[in-house]
Amino acid sequence: MEVRSEILWIILGSAAVTLIPRVLPLMVLSRFMLPDWSMRWLNHVPVSIMAALVAQELLIQDGKLVPLTSNTELFAAVPAFLVAIATRSLLGTVTVGIVSLMLLRLVLPG
Amino acid sequence: MKMETTTRAQTTGSSTNEESFLMGVKDCLPTLLGYLSIGFAAGVVEKTAGLSITEIILMSLVLYAGSAQFIAAGMIAMGSPSAGIIITILFVNLRHLLLSAAISPYFRQLSPFRNFLVGVLLTDETFGVAINEAAKRKRISEKWMHGLNITAYLNWCAANIAGALLGQWITSPEKFGLDYALPAMFIGLLVLSILGRRTIRTDVIVGLAAAAVAIGVSLWVSPTVGVIAATIIAATIGMAVEKWK
Repeated sequence: MEVRSEILWIILGSAAVTLIPRVLPLMVLSRFMLPDWSMRWLNHVPVSIMAALVAQELLIQDGKLVPLTSNTELFAAVPAFLVAIATRSLLGTVTVGIVSLMLLRLVLPG
Repeated sequence: MKMETTTRAQTTGSSTNEESFLMGVKDCLPTLLGYLSIGFAAGVVEKTAGLSITEIILMSLVLYAGSAQFIAAGMIAMGSPSAGIIITILFVNLRHLLLSAAISPYFRQLSPFRNFLVGVLLTDETFGVAINEAAKRKRISEKWMHGLNITAYLNWCAANIAGALLGQWITSPEKFGLDYALPAMFIGLLVLSILGRRTIRTDVIVGLAAAAVAIGVSLWVSPTVGVIAATIIAATIGMAVEKWK
C-alpha cells in the first residue's frame, strides 16, 4: 500500500503540468491574450495526440510493428470506430471495443 | 464583484436558484454515467498497470484528468521514463488552455484567486456542460460552476477507487478484453474530438499524419518521443492545411 517515490514524482509532475493550462488563461486572460497562431496550433493538438496514441496502441507491441494479419486489437478497432461515429458515446465505444476483443480472442487462436 | 453581491442578496428569487451550487450539482448528473464508467475503467487499467490502491487514489485526487491517467498507466506499464510521461501529459493537457480561455470571459469580474478555483477542476465534460449553460443564459454563475466541478470530481475519484478495487480481483484482465479499455477510450476521444468540430477533412489529414509520424518515430526512437514528435509535426501540418484553403 505504499507510494513509490518514482510514481509520486510522476503524479506530482503530471498534476503540475495539467493544473497550469487549466487555470492560467482564466487567471490572466483579461490582461494578456495568447497570440492567434498559438491558439490555431493548439486547436490541432487534441486530434494529433489521440491519433498518435491510437496508432501506437493498435499497431505497436514491444517496440515492433504487429503483423497486420494477426493483429486482433486492430480488428476490434473497426466496430469501436463505427460505434464511436454512430453514437458519439465514450461508454459505448469502450464497451463495444472490449467485447469485440474478448470475442475475437475466443474465436481466433493464439 | 458587484454582480456577486446582488446574487447573494437575491438568493430567494427563482432566477438565482437556477444558478446555485445545487443547480450545478443537478446539471452535472447527465455526465455522471460516462464519468463512472470511464473512471471505473481507468481504475482497472491503473491497477493492472501495477499501481497500488494508494497510488491510484493519489493520482485521481491530485492529477484528476481522464486521458492523462490512462496515458500515465499505459506508460508506467511500458516502463517509460518519468520525464517522458510528464512531457506527454503536458502535451495531452495543453488543450485545457483552450477550454480555460473559452470560459474566461464569463469570470472576468472575479479575482485571480477565485478564477484559479474555477479552473482547478475544469475538465472536457464540465467545460461542455458549462459552455452550454453559457449559450442558454449568456452567463455562468461561479457557485453553479463549483457545484458542477465538485460533483464531477467526487464521482470520478469514487469510480477510480471502485475500479482499482475490482482490478485487484481480476487476475487476467486480457481474458475479458479489459486491456482494451485504453485503446478504445482513445478511439472514442479521437472520434469525438473530430466530430465535435466542423473541420473534418483537416482533422482527418492531421490524424493520419500524426499516426504515421507516431509509428515511424516509435519504431525508430521510442514511443514517448513518437507521441511528442507526432503532436508537434501534425499540429503544424494542420495549421499549414488551414492556410492553403
